[in-house]
Amino acid sequence: MPYGPHTADDRERMLAALGLTSVDQLFEDIPVALRASPLDLPDPEPELELAARLTGLAARNRTDLASFLGAGVYRHWSPAAVDQLLLRSEWYTAYTPYQPEISQGTLQSIYEYESLLAELVDLDVVSASHYDGAAATAEAALMTCRATRRERVLISRGVHPQYRETVRTYFEGGLQLDEIPLIADGDAAGTTDLAALERMLAEPGRPVAGVIAAQPDFLGLLEPMPEIGRLAHAAGALFVAVIEPVSLAVLAPPGAYGADIAAGEGQPLGIAPQYGGPYLGILASTDALVRQIPGRLVGMTSDLDGKRAFVMTMRAREQDIRRDKAASNICTNQALLALAASVYLATIGPHGLRDVAALGASRAAELEAALAAVGAKRLHPGPYLNEFVVLVPHARAVHRRLLEAGILAGLVLADAEPDDPTLTDGLLVCATEVTTSAEIVRFAGALSAVLAHADIPAMAR
Amino acid sequence: MVPTDLRYTTDHEWVRVEGDEATIGITAYAADQLGDIVFVELPDPGRTIERSAAFGVVESVKAVSDLFAPIGGVVIEGNGELAGSPELVNSDPYGGGWMVKLRLSDAGQLDALLDADAYDALIAAG
Repeated sequence: MPYGPHTADDRERMLAALGLTSVDQLFEDIPVALRASPLDLPDPEPELELAARLTGLAARNRTDLASFLGAGVYRHWSPAAVDQLLLRSEWYTAYTPYQPEISQGTLQSIYEYESLLAELVDLDVVSASHYDGAAATAEAALMTCRATRRERVLISRGVHPQYRETVRTYFEGGLQLDEIPLIADGDAAGTTDLAALERMLAEPGRPVAGVIAAQPDFLGLLEPMPEIGRLAHAAGALFVAVIEPVSLAVLAPPGAYGADIAAGEGQPLGIAPQYGGPYLGILASTDALVRQIPGRLVGMTSDLDGKRAFVMTMRAREQDIRRDKAASNICTNQALLALAASVYLATIGPHGLRDVAALGASRAAELEAALAAVGAKRLHPGPYLNEFVVLVPHARAVHRRLLEAGILAGLVLADAEPDDPTLTDGLLVCATEVTTSAEIVRFAGALSAVLAHADIPAMAR
Repeated sequence: MVPTDLRYTTDHEWVRVEGDEATIGITAYAADQLGDIVFVELPDPGRTIERSAAFGVVESVKAVSDLFAPIGGVVIEGNGELAGSPELVNSDPYGGGWMVKLRLSDAGQLDALLDADAYDALIAAG
């Protein structure tokens, strides 16, 4: 039985109906240089042999590690109800219904996602949804340009380097992106340089559409978000806060410090760290920007009989209606992952989320003390929540040695931020509620042993 | 029959000229075609608009359309009433549903616009 939808005979008959002799003729309008080269795939293998080979590849994954890696993706406990509900076949349907009102269940799930996230970020409007935190941040940057009719955005170097790269890619069409430096030393080291921001905002003839900063920043530090927002607004620019959703259970939400737009990665809400994704891009804004926010908006209303009903609203901004004038070329929704976030938030509740954030912070404090005791001190003096930078000589080599010892010692910052000399010896480490005291003791012990070797760099080669 | 004291474009905007001041809106025909208007985005005062350029957006329950300037000029004001009552565009397109007032940059541009008879003929032809 053929697995493909069309038999060779089907294809012959379709080509005959079109008056063509080859499928390739359908692609002749695409310049040769732009066509995909033939896929170089190996020959088919018997299923038994293939399964054995894939099992062998999968066995190379390390599942024994004590992980202290965060850097934008965070391990959290997800109640069993979350994955179990995601397995319901009712959800395996069109993620973005084009005849939406007959899919009341799908609309209700999107409405609940938007309502829960709006409460968390304290903003009026949440759209459902975007690919990931980087894509949501880039869309936020574009929103500021459309809303202000200006073409220059300032992004703090405290925003995740991959998010900055994504925004830069989106801006290649002609918009300008400038990076605000971080303070190099002193009490506020590692946070956005407000004096530099003020100077950049005042550059004559270069009006700024938006200012983007992250809370906590990429290095785990807490940023002076109200001050950044005030400076942005004084220059007529909009303020975009890049957020980590679990932290909002204990930190001030974007709406409380005057952010116009919030963007962030929804993965910590019930979605397992799974390689590069799929994840969930959170995007929210004030009511004033409702016509600039891309993505699905679902509202609650009454039908003709007075019964509660859900509607997809303000669709006229979107690509299927407004074509090239749409608010974004994005026409998708990570519906199943947005649902995971909703189920997670509804299951653990506001008090549970506060416990998750607070326990992570307490584990991180424990980690800081344990690492400092073996000689790995924090690089920055400022406050952090559950992630921070420690200084370790020969950080990359030490990281490799610790991996051999079963410890994933966070992120080597020389790899992530090669242009920042202050981070050359830095490891970005994090703890969450799933980090155990036993793991912290193991990390500190292994680090102590590695640091006791005088010839670390030699061993690394 | 459309009002005879106005000039029209083939994009279904109308213009009323008083001195060097021009008031611009969309025709009853355009409003009917769009359906219930729910939002009108208008330019800020002081902005210079070129003839034929998009200067705003009108959004109905089923479509979003650009507003094209029948003539060039500097924006004096937008119709603030439309923020709270966009339905005026449907109910009173040539009166309370006006959209923007411009200071004319070149009165000669008016000659290129349709008069009421020509616009009537245009919509009659569909």
